[in-house]
Amino acid sequence: MLEIKNLSKVYDGGVQALKNVSFSVEQGEFLAVIGLSGSGKSTLLRCINRLIEPTNGQIVWDGQDVTAASQDEMRLVRRKIGMVFQHFNLVTRSKVITNVLAGRLGYVNPLMSALNRFPKGDIEKALSQLDRVGIKEQAYKRADELSGGQQQRVGIARAMMQEPAMILADEPVASLDPVLAHSIMQYLEKINKEDGVTVLCSLHFLDLVHRYADRAIALNGGVLMFDGPPNKIDDEKFREIYGKDAERVG
Amino acid sequence: MNKKSSPIRSLAVGLATLLVLVVFAYGFSVTNINFEETRSERRVASLTRILRALAHPKIFDYQFESVNVEIPFYLGCPEGGVEVPDVDRSGAFILTSAGCAEPKGTIVIEGHNFQGNSSGPINFIGFSAEAPEGVLLQVGNFQADAQGNFQVEVTLPNRQVRAEPQAIRVTGRVRVGGPEISREAQITWEKIVETVFMALLATTFGTMIAIPISFFAARNLMAEVRTPLSNLSLSLIGWPLGIGLGIKISQLLSAWLTPLFNSMAVTFIGAIIFPVLGFLFIKWRVSKQKEDAELQFSDRLVNLLYTLVALILAIASILFLGKLLLQVGSYLTPNKEVPLYFIRKFIFQVGDIVAMFVPVVAALVSGGILGGFFGKIGQMISDKLPPARGKILTLIITPIAGALIAVLIMQGVDWFYEFNNPAITLQWPAITGALTGLVLAIITAPKQSLPVGIVLYGIIRTILNGTRSIEALVMAIVFVAWVGLGPFAGALALALHTVASNAKLYSEQVESILQGPLEAIQSTGANRLQTIVFAVVPQIIPPYISYTMYRWDINVRMSTIIGFVGGGGIGFILQQNINLLNYRAASVNMLAIAIVVATMDYISSVLREKYV
Ligand SMILES: Nc1ncnc2c1ncn2[C@@H]1O[C@H](COP(=O)(O)OP(=O)(O)OP(=O)(O)O)[C@@H](O)[C@H]1O
Ligand SMILES: [Mg+2]
Repeated sequence: MLEIKNLSKVYDGGVQALKNVSFSVEQGEFLAVIGLSGSGKSTLLRCINRLIEPTNGQIVWDGQDVTAASQDEMRLVRRKIGMVFQHFNLVTRSKVITNVLAGRLGYVNPLMSALNRFPKGDIEKALSQLDRVGIKEQAYKRADELSGGQQQRVGIARAMMQEPAMILADEPVASLDPVLAHSIMQYLEKINKEDGVTVLCSLHFLDLVHRYADRAIALNGGVLMFDGPPNKIDDEKFREIYGKDAERVG
Repeated sequence: MNKKSSPIRSLAVGLATLLVLVVFAYGFSVTNINFEETRSERRVASLTRILRALAHPKIFDYQFESVNVEIPFYLGCPEGGVEVPDVDRSGAFILTSAGCAEPKGTIVIEGHNFQGNSSGPINFIGFSAEAPEGVLLQVGNFQADAQGNFQVEVTLPNRQVRAEPQAIRVTGRVRVGGPEISREAQITWEKIVETVFMALLATTFGTMIAIPISFFAARNLMAEVRTPLSNLSLSLIGWPLGIGLGIKISQLLSAWLTPLFNSMAVTFIGAIIFPVLGFLFIKWRVSKQKEDAELQFSDRLVNLLYTLVALILAIASILFLGKLLLQVGSYLTPNKEVPLYFIRKFIFQVGDIVAMFVPVVAALVSGGILGGFFGKIGQMISDKLPPARGKILTLIITPIAGALIAVLIMQGVDWFYEFNNPAITLQWPAITGALTGLVLAIITAPKQSLPVGIVLYGIIRTILNGTRSIEALVMAIVFVAWVGLGPFAGALALALHTVASNAKLYSEQVESILQGPLEAIQSTGANRLQTIVFAVVPQIIPPYISYTMYRWDINVRMSTIIGFVGGGGIGFILQQNINLLNYRAASVNMLAIAIVVATMDYISSVLREKYV
């Protein structure tokens, strides 16, 4: 369903963040992306919906070449791919419900939405998504009044408003404590299992990878080092991914 | 750091000191610093006089009753002395210690029977060939006691000695009734109100224009705007066409509709029907809108036609509404004495402004519509056509766009310099523009996107910086030439300065917003307008409010002196008072300025704290 072919990214400063990365993802898979800080995880995820322009290579999604899509076509691609961020990226001065409704922007009439008019169905949907992540009562608070865990749930609700076929989650739990981390990961798991949404999720902790992912890919210095089920990451592979001096914890 | 002392180092320090001395000596000489002048008796005396006058702002005034008492007096004692005439002691009277004196001599003047506590000037009335009633030379002041008696020593003026008697006159004044607000204070009040409203209007309108500009002057938003050459060229052709079309439409419409305006009923019906029609039409269109990516050329053409129909309906609505305002205004009281007269004036003014701006707005909107439409066609050429055919089309379009833009620019330049030579304003720019376009079309690869946003950003920033560096005072001079003396010129100058300064400040705020929410909104498939409304606007509201307050504060300050160049407001009166040496009135003006500026400063800081 998603196929990455020889993807490379060189930033303006000359940093090569991705080198000839190729892999593919099946519909309904839960794929973890692991690697050290700076290994190119965020770059990879952002290339997929072209928040970052890839330098080389091809991304094929649902049979469509994303890298060749025009601006208008890109909007149609993006609205089917939800994104969840490490720092939640909510518009903190806006209300929670407005943040969630923003997930519909790719679908609704641009003019009406610019006047903050959304169809009634979308508002009901936003409330039910908030209900699903357990924070319906907070809908009309300002987003910055919420705790970190609650903000990330708003982030997930926003992504789900897109009726996505795939969710890109860039270290969704890295700024949360372990208990909250599990609850957020469980929401992603639920979305993956119940709604059949493909999830690409970059993670720092291997125990989370083992617990939630069907499959993992590993990056080191922008190069794909591993592609397989998480339990295949033995000590030798681990050192290849995380460097010689790394030690497994937990 | 280890400092080594060496002869060379000491020499360098010595030379540097010398250089500083020379610089300052030059500075003193060019700024005409002259402390001798500050000590001179004449200067000190005039400074004292001004400062004392300033310390007595003429806020209150009293009604005075005055009485003049005059006796003959010889300047230069005639031989044989003078007879001291009998004085009438029934009313107020004065006596002098001598009936004559030499110039610069001293005499004692006594006064009796004046009203208790009265005071006033003592004048010597000298003979003058030009003035038959004589010239008044003040030689002193008196202050009578409660019984109305006084005694003062005065020095006589240094004037020509005459054989005929001249005179000494004492004017005694007493206040009657309580203090009243002085005329100066009343004028000051009127003018300070004018000043504050001048600043308010300038800030409001300046800000309204500055906000949209600020988005185009923000690097982070503009950097993403990249278009292929075919898009750029076609929209460059579309904009001028659209502007011309917009002006034509609004002219034709107002020509057709003008006969209808004769009847108030028709105007009233039109002012209801057209907005409703426009609203329904737009609503209907919006509901039928398809996804941008799915639109074919024919769909876009149909869209364009519908949009133009909507534009026509909108212009007609505005024309009707503006006329309705004018007609309603004329039904209101024409009597200037009625307090609500200013509302009638306001309605008239709004109607007038609407009529004035209809062609401008129509031109800009229709420029945007056609520019956008042509641009989309250009985008389709680049996205959908095979590269070879796209390239050929681009090779044709770009020279046309280049020639068109170059000719338009030269027409503008011609307006300033009046070349009156078609070779300069037509042929040459057309050829150079076309050649530039051709070269550009040859060197850009098909589908290559150009950083149009950054170029536009650079142009807007340059214009803003240039405009900002011109002081509002200087702008006011130009506007005074255009719209005449008065607060309108000042308000226009302040508004223009507000646009330039605030657009820059606002855009810096846009540049410093968090990138994260922007990314998140973009990733939902939002278009550019939606991204701005949902990710940018919420983040910039607090700094925008704070900068607007700040500007309103600055504008009040500026508007107090913009009158110095004829821009109206309190400064106009202040300058007049200073020129007429009317320092006590000037003092009232300054006091009012100080109060208003301090109050504004306080209010704006309180509001800023509250909103940020
Ligand atoms: N905008 C940018 N401009 C230039 N270089 C960048 C940019 N963003 C990232 N990089 C560089 O690209 C490399 C990969 O960065 P990336 O953010 O993709 O890593 P990451 O795996 O997500 O790291 P982390 O776990 O810290 O988030 C790094 O060396 C980084 O310095
Ligand atoms: Mg990252």
